[in-house]
Amino acid sequence: MQVRIEHLTKKFGDAVAVSDFSMNFDDGKLVALLGPSGCGKSTTLNMLSGILPVTSGKIYFDDDDVTNTPPQDRGVGICFQNYALYPHMSVLENIAFPLEIKKVPKEERLAKAREMAKLVHVDMLLDRKPKELSGGQQQRVAIARALIKTPRLLLLDEPLSNLDARLRLEMREEIRRIQQETGVTTIFVTHDQEEAMSICDKIVLMKDGYLQQEDKPQTLYDDPHNLFVANFLGNPPINNLYGTIQNGRFVLEDGSASIKIDNPNAKEGEKVVMGIRAESVTISKSGDHDFEAVIKQRYTMGKEELAFLNIGNQVIRVYLSSDYTYDVGEKVFLNLRQKGVFLFDQETGERI
Amino acid sequence: MKGDNIKKFFIYFFLALGAIVMVFPFYWMISGALKTAAEYNSYPPVWVPSNWLNFDNFVRAFQKAPFQTYFLNSLLVTLCSVTLTGIVTILGAFAFSRLRFPGRELIFSFLLAFMMVPFEMMVITNYQTVTKMGIINTIPVLIVPFTTSIFYTYILKNFFDTIPDSLYYSARIDGASNWKYLWRIMVPIAKPSLVTIMLLNAISSWNSFLWTSMVINSDKYRTIPLGLFAFMTEGGSDPKLQLAASTVSVLPMIILFLFARKYIVNGVARGGLKG
Repeated sequence: MQVRIEHLTKKFGDAVAVSDFSMNFDDGKLVALLGPSGCGKSTTLNMLSGILPVTSGKIYFDDDDVTNTPPQDRGVGICFQNYALYPHMSVLENIAFPLEIKKVPKEERLAKAREMAKLVHVDMLLDRKPKELSGGQQQRVAIARALIKTPRLLLLDEPLSNLDARLRLEMREEIRRIQQETGVTTIFVTHDQEEAMSICDKIVLMKDGYLQQEDKPQTLYDDPHNLFVANFLGNPPINNLYGTIQNGRFVLEDGSASIKIDNPNAKEGEKVVMGIRAESVTISKSGDHDFEAVIKQRYTMGKEELAFLNIGNQVIRVYLSSDYTYDVGEKVFLNLRQKGVFLFDQETGERI
Repeated sequence: MKGDNIKKFFIYFFLALGAIVMVFPFYWMISGALKTAAEYNSYPPVWVPSNWLNFDNFVRAFQKAPFQTYFLNSLLVTLCSVTLTGIVTILGAFAFSRLRFPGRELIFSFLLAFMMVPFEMMVITNYQTVTKMGIINTIPVLIVPFTTSIFYTYILKNFFDTIPDSLYYSARIDGASNWKYLWRIMVPIAKPSLVTIMLLNAISSWNSFLWTSMVINSDKYRTIPLGLFAFMTEGGSDPKLQLAASTVSVLPMIILFLFARKYIVNGVARGGLKG
């Protein structure tokens, strides 16, 4: 099912949680609503589920206007951060509960619940109570319960936040698998960019109630529309250098260093932020270079080595090439790649 | 090690002493009820009745006063009271915990403030009310005034408050009504708390004396405590029979306590002793 929201706005008193948000969620896709806490992503999810009434704007499921439809009539399945399993019911009863409410005959609903349990791989735990399950297992049960009514839309509210790091990796693959097997349109709220990047077909990035950018994960990463998007995605975070454009070069604020740039839109004298991804810098000991820097600190991170470099009085993080060894305090020459280097307006944060 | 043992000895010694002081009156009551006249009156006292199955005193007590009626009245009142109070408490606690309505917090604060008014203060107004309702000197008069309890509602509301909102929203999205959610999800989760409430209610209902003595004046509606009291004056002054009657009156509560000790202690510890 395709979900379309138009000019969606939610106010709590004077506080605006979501502001004039319009978006299409394509049929059968897994989409992440991504953003820092308080950006309005959970509020948006709750409006989609019908738990929260909208202040203004419209929500369409395919061609049905569901803006004022009560939650139970929308055909959505939801999975909360704390799983919201019913502690007094067994796994089987929990999964079957939505059908119990629908007054589906007992045999039929238990059969269906077993089938769902199989899909999410908890079919050996059917008689357990939720408190006898691990976090990941509870998550699976919650997803099965959300899916048993074959919802038109599956909503996942920070589904991985309560899991430890290993389990989180496993469960995000599981969510992807289950979503692809069932083909249900899924919207997934998270504040973890890595989670969103790794499993989603599309990322919708929000901040302070406003949509920042929406696109495929890789496009968002390679082509951020503003400084916030560039900063939010990527690990290690993108480097930010503050300075101005002078004679076609980027000059640091205090003039202590400059970088050759290749951007026809950069206007002379403009105050800008230069965003440089750690992997977009090549480092060498000699030869042609865009700028120079001094190695300040080195960190070995398993397969690669990360270094902090001083450029003028500012610091950037880059990956060291493994061809040479570099010493702390050594002067090095750096070249920028085409990809992963951006200029942003310092005031508006917009991409130049 | 040695010091530990001495400490332990004193702890158990005083605990044992306390237990004896607590249990002795019950023992004396039950054993006295089973003694023959000769055993009861002998000096020095006989500690153990010769025949533990000597129920003569019970038979005679039951012949002198309709204890079976009192017993059934008490049972009826307690059962009705526990059921009705239970339902009203569940609905009230749900409203205060889950539903949003204007003035909710204010109303609840007022109710909590009313809890400080002792029951004795309300006896007269309650008496006037039941007189006007025309239910004085009937069984309902022992039940109706006690169907709401702020204290129990407060305990249960607090428990309901600990159930995460997400369970509610999850159930609502699955199509469960408030009513369904309350009985299928909330009440089963709150079972320990509910059992405690019902037990406290049963005990206070079974033992209720002041109100009963004011509104019941015919023998056939007397409950056990009132019947026992009347028996002391009307049934002659044979202490053996009084002990037998007392035994019958406290027995159900003792049995209840033995089975549900955990819940009662839990309830008393949570809310301070009341009822």
